[in-house]
Amino acid sequence: MTRRPRGAWLVVLLVWLFVYPVLLVVLDSARGPDGWTLEYVSAFLREPGEWAALWGSLWISVASVVLAGAIGVPLAFVFERLDFPGRRVLGALVALPAVLPPLVGVIAFLFLYGESGFVARALTELLGLDEAPWRLRGAGAILLVHAYSMYVYFYLFTRAGLAKVDVSMIEAAHSLGSGTWTTFRRVTLPLLRPQLAAASLLTFMTALGSFSAPYIFGGGFRVMTTQIVASKLNGDIRMAVVETSALALVALIGLFLLRRQAETRSVVAVGKGIPPAARALSQPIARWGATGLGWAFGIVLLLPHATLVVVSLVPLGTWTTQLLPPTYTLSNYATLITEPERLRPLVNSLWMATVATVGAIAIALWAGRLVVQRRATLRGLIETLVSVPWAIPGTVLAIALATAFSVRAPWMARWVLVGTVVILPLAYLVRNIPIAAGSILAGFRQLDPSLDEAAASLGAGRWRTLRAVTVPLLRPAILAGAALAFATALGDFVTSIVLYTYETRPISIEILSSLRAFDIGTAAAYGVVLMLISAGAMLVGTRR
Amino acid sequence: MNDAFLELSHLTKRFGDHVAVGDLSLSVPRGAVLALLGPSGSGKTTTLRLLAGFERPDAGTIAVDGRDVTALRPAERRFGMVFQHYALFPHLTVGENVAFGLAGSAASADRNARVMEVLSLVDLEGFGGRQVSELSGGQQQRVAVARALAPEPRVLLLDEPLSNLDPTLRERTRRELRAALDRVGITTVFVTHEQEEAFALGDTVAVLDQGRLEQVGTPPELYEHPRTLFVASFVGRASVLGGVVIGDGRIRLDAGAEWPAEAPQDLAAGARASVVVRPEAVRFAREGLAGTVTERRYTGARALFAVDVNGGTVEVEASAHAVTVGDLVHLAVERVLAFPEAKE
Repeated sequence: MTRRPRGAWLVVLLVWLFVYPVLLVVLDSARGPDGWTLEYVSAFLREPGEWAALWGSLWISVASVVLAGAIGVPLAFVFERLDFPGRRVLGALVALPAVLPPLVGVIAFLFLYGESGFVARALTELLGLDEAPWRLRGAGAILLVHAYSMYVYFYLFTRAGLAKVDVSMIEAAHSLGSGTWTTFRRVTLPLLRPQLAAASLLTFMTALGSFSAPYIFGGGFRVMTTQIVASKLNGDIRMAVVETSALALVALIGLFLLRRQAETRSVVAVGKGIPPAARALSQPIARWGATGLGWAFGIVLLLPHATLVVVSLVPLGTWTTQLLPPTYTLSNYATLITEPERLRPLVNSLWMATVATVGAIAIALWAGRLVVQRRATLRGLIETLVSVPWAIPGTVLAIALATAFSVRAPWMARWVLVGTVVILPLAYLVRNIPIAAGSILAGFRQLDPSLDEAAASLGAGRWRTLRAVTVPLLRPAILAGAALAFATALGDFVTSIVLYTYETRPISIEILSSLRAFDIGTAAAYGVVLMLISAGAMLVGTRR
Repeated sequence: MNDAFLELSHLTKRFGDHVAVGDLSLSVPRGAVLALLGPSGSGKTTTLRLLAGFERPDAGTIAVDGRDVTALRPAERRFGMVFQHYALFPHLTVGENVAFGLAGSAASADRNARVMEVLSLVDLEGFGGRQVSELSGGQQQRVAVARALAPEPRVLLLDEPLSNLDPTLRERTRRELRAALDRVGITTVFVTHEQEEAFALGDTVAVLDQGRLEQVGTPPELYEHPRTLFVASFVGRASVLGGVVIGDGRIRLDAGAEWPAEAPQDLAAGARASVVVRPEAVRFAREGLAGTVTERRYTGARALFAVDVNGGTVEVEASAHAVTVGDLVHLAVERVLAFPEAKE
């Protein structure tokens, strides 16, 4: 009996969605109007600006990992191992940066720390300066935003790891004569290695694909993502394609190198996983010192959100040289709803994010069903495929889709989708696949596989089993995956800027054009809306 | 056999190079209960999954009432299945679980009546509204049986039906299960690795080893007339000793003595043989095989004694105070079984 292996169609779909487009881009970088050529690649290699951008991407990513780790890891230890007043509230605040979509976080930083932001105004006033004491530009500004938004990965991963380090291992080390420091260095830290490696990988890949911060703050400082978009907007498609291939290659190498570290299977799970109880700080100085520092830190975390809200209440043109805006109204929000052209991006983003989320959930359910089946031959391939889009920088994906789907060649499975309403939801969908699949595959693995068989033996067909058994049982996992995917798609900027049309412009693009028109109130109002929806999604997604 | 209701012919299933089930043929008369007995890896669970339709055989057929069902999907097969861990739907109530297989088949009033009927069959009247998680293990097992029986399947399959229960609960549940099967009169196949369970629940028992059928028979047939060394030593307690056939139905044991033996398979004089001794078939005597008592396992009026003989150990059942540990004793037998020596 020769049968098509289960999941073959899913593999075909996933390959068509992103593997094929990325491959086409890579091939296109070595192809000119007269066939194969290395002309464009060598043009790329001869350009010092390109090398600078490549180097910029690399060192910014590595520095982001170092900075995020330097903030996130100690913070995780403090919150996991020490007890002080306010620990709970602050522990929840620590994840706040996660509710800011990349572009929204960047504009919040602009309003807060930029040369006409609150902090600069306050210092100018205080010190009687003639102009802002700094300009928020270049690598420093990018790293500031990255550290703020990416330390969360290290914080969450380290806390999760610490919660699994069994207290008996620490006690064993102590009873063998190790002091606190030796125990930390020789026991705790090695046990955390898989988590730290995973956080490093996540941070590195996110920083490598980061676009909003370099785009807004980069100035003359170039990284690959901004370089690609600049080439594309200048109409130099050839160069954009080569640059995209180069970035894809760097991402692949980074993934490969760091993945090996992260895949050293955690030995932590061997213990029962009873973590040491948090040590209460009893000395008043330590207690209140920790609390004070904690709150100061909490305020720093919360400032961007607060800034966004304040700025969103400022009507156009009323805030000029004053320290604080003189008037506050809800007029910016009113125009978002009443002016059709302002409402349009909101509606666009909502429907496109919804479509992309539903699609990604459907694919994740399909993949999940196959992955838990006892002897599905394509299981490993499918698991890899649904997680791969995560490692493709958004810019690379955007250029890949723009390349693959700007040609009509049905026999090559290529159609003209660029410029249509289809392309953006499709891009969001691809970016949502790993988010939805991460949550849903984990849910599937916790299901007893005989539940499916029980339904089948009771006469239920595939659809009824899915509807009456699988989906109800996976509801929490589906909700979590859908909420995170929806929030991500809603706030997307990096693929949108390459693929949008005026008709389908999403919120992020509208924020950008408001910013360009110095209409910071409207930009902030859009930002607040995005922030609230993301926060709502996180609440839904993390509730169990 | 014409009266076979469920018929497995030459069923074969391979996983890669490993033959999980090899050329298995079995038939079960209407209303009979068949036990598939074997150690883990014997292919019994795979056989059950082939019957349920969760696996497709590489060769062979399954027929019910003369009709080939091999190609039917599980949902079309109308076989009820009770899973080892019950696989009750945790998001549904007991009643909804039982009604699951009845969907679309009848008006809701009929459905409710059927749910009540099967729940009372397993002594769970009034449990329809309970959450599955509120039930004890034994109650969950009964719900699983009720759920499988509700759509009136043609064959009931049970995977290790009692393995998840406390030993104290197991015997009672076993009796209740047998009673329920008798009342419904359904053709049943169940899988177990425990001989006691197979004998208590099964009308016939099929002993499997490494994917092959070793022997089918009623419990007394298997116990008293095992056809292979595997069946003899797997079914019931038995000690195995080595020896050489000296002809005339006698065997010289490596341990020294000469015993009368019956050989179900051909055994030529001079061949090496494995001798199977049941603890109740051997007794302490004035002369015979010499050995030392090394252990006494007290079970009440009777005890099991372990006797070290030259090159082996023999288990002897006797009255509790017949001998004590350390005694030199002699063993005599009425009858033992001899098989060709197992190849290493």
